[in-house]
Amino acid sequence: MVLAPVANVPSANIKTSSWRDSKPVIDYDKCTRCGICWKFCPDVAIDLVASQDLHAPNERFAKLEAPVINYDHCKGCGICATECPFDAIEMVREEAIE
Amino acid sequence: MISVHEKSKIMTGDEAAAYGAKLSKVKVVSAYPITPQTVIVEKIADMISNNEMDAKFIEVESEHSAMASIMASELTGVRSFTASSSQGILYMHEMLHWVAGLRLPALMSVVNRAIGPPWNIWADQSDTINQRDTGWMQIYCESNQEALDSIIFGYKIAENRNVLLPLMNMLDAFTLSHTSEPVTLRDEEISADYLGDLKLEFSVNTDRPMGYGSLVAPEGPFMEMKKDMRDSMYGARDVIKNETKKFNETFNATLPGLVENFMMEDADYALITMGAMSSTAKYTVRKLRREGKKVGLIRLFFYRPFPDEEILQAVRDLKGVGIVERSVSFGQMGALYEDVASSLFGRIDVPAKDYVVGIGGRDIRVEDYEKMFEGLLKENNGIEWVNTGGR
Repeated sequence: MVLAPVANVPSANIKTSSWRDSKPVIDYDKCTRCGICWKFCPDVAIDLVASQDLHAPNERFAKLEAPVINYDHCKGCGICATECPFDAIEMVREEAIE
Repeated sequence: MISVHEKSKIMTGDEAAAYGAKLSKVKVVSAYPITPQTVIVEKIADMISNNEMDAKFIEVESEHSAMASIMASELTGVRSFTASSSQGILYMHEMLHWVAGLRLPALMSVVNRAIGPPWNIWADQSDTINQRDTGWMQIYCESNQEALDSIIFGYKIAENRNVLLPLMNMLDAFTLSHTSEPVTLRDEEISADYLGDLKLEFSVNTDRPMGYGSLVAPEGPFMEMKKDMRDSMYGARDVIKNETKKFNETFNATLPGLVENFMMEDADYALITMGAMSSTAKYTVRKLRREGKKVGLIRLFFYRPFPDEEILQAVRDLKGVGIVERSVSFGQMGALYEDVASSLFGRIDVPAKDYVVGIGGRDIRVEDYEKMFEGLLKENNGIEWVNTGGR
């Protein structure tokens, strides 16, 4: 048998959070759940989640699936913050870097 | 074991390659057209649409994507095939490394065509000699029959669990690809029995997700994996020798194994060739033998893995050997010359001369081979471009 480059660890198990120097933080009071950040994330590090606990601009938006950032895989590229049409995502410097 | 279902047909090398893929029960074909390969995948597309062949044809926008598709389908454990030429081969260079590095036993037919600029669609082997370090095994065919047989045979070698490396089989542009000659179509059932199904022990399975080709640190096992590829390629030489016997018995075929020695007993001088040009070389050897000259020919069927031991044995007692290469390397001797020289270096001392021939489809004539043999008698080293100038 050969030594093939196949690992028993799926890539989802590999955490890339330490690559980040700043992290996106969503202000749910501004978030309309449009899903643009979810579409643009190049690392599939944003999930759309049905949640009653998150703030929303009004009750109508609160019923929609909201974006939640998976900080295990987010590398902090900032694309979501740039693309958000409602300025609802802010890039915050990671404290460990300071 | 010759079956009543075997029949001979007159066909081009491209058609023979298409039948080779069909007889190998290939399930995915992904390709992008390029002269002079296009006929191979056109014939396959015909056979699929006529329900003569049970496979999925993926049309892609580039050769890079063709090889990427093959990588994906092979990774799911499905026998896959593609074909290309020249600039197309260069464009898929990155993916050639990926397919080999992931240890996928894919197969590709390559119709050897010169590399531009200037544009040229005729035969030379520079396109695939450029790919010698990608981890793909390489076969150079002399006839249309070999073009068909080496696909069935090629999958058998590539899929061997101790080899698991992809293989490309080469046809010289037009000389084989567009020239018709009788080819025996191998029996479908016997071919299917001979090859069996592809069983890949690490194929993609959603119930058991794994990482494929993920990041590996310098501590390992990256270097070990590359060494394993090298060892598997080297070890494939024994697999090839054993499987050649089995293939020839099963199909009553005449595959030569790693090399073919032609009139080499008692030879004093010999040439080393690859591909379709070997037929003209053999004609010349017969002609010179009738004139009482002790000459012979060593034809490489496999270029990777390189048959170093076979060459050593064949040239051991020669007074001179000429390496005839149909590819260009700048700044040093030709690639084939270097491979032959490194096989002999420090073991035996035979004068060796490098001949560059047939670049961009330039004719390689009987008189050229005669001059090459004469050249071995005179000046027995250095590099010489044959049949150039005067234009």
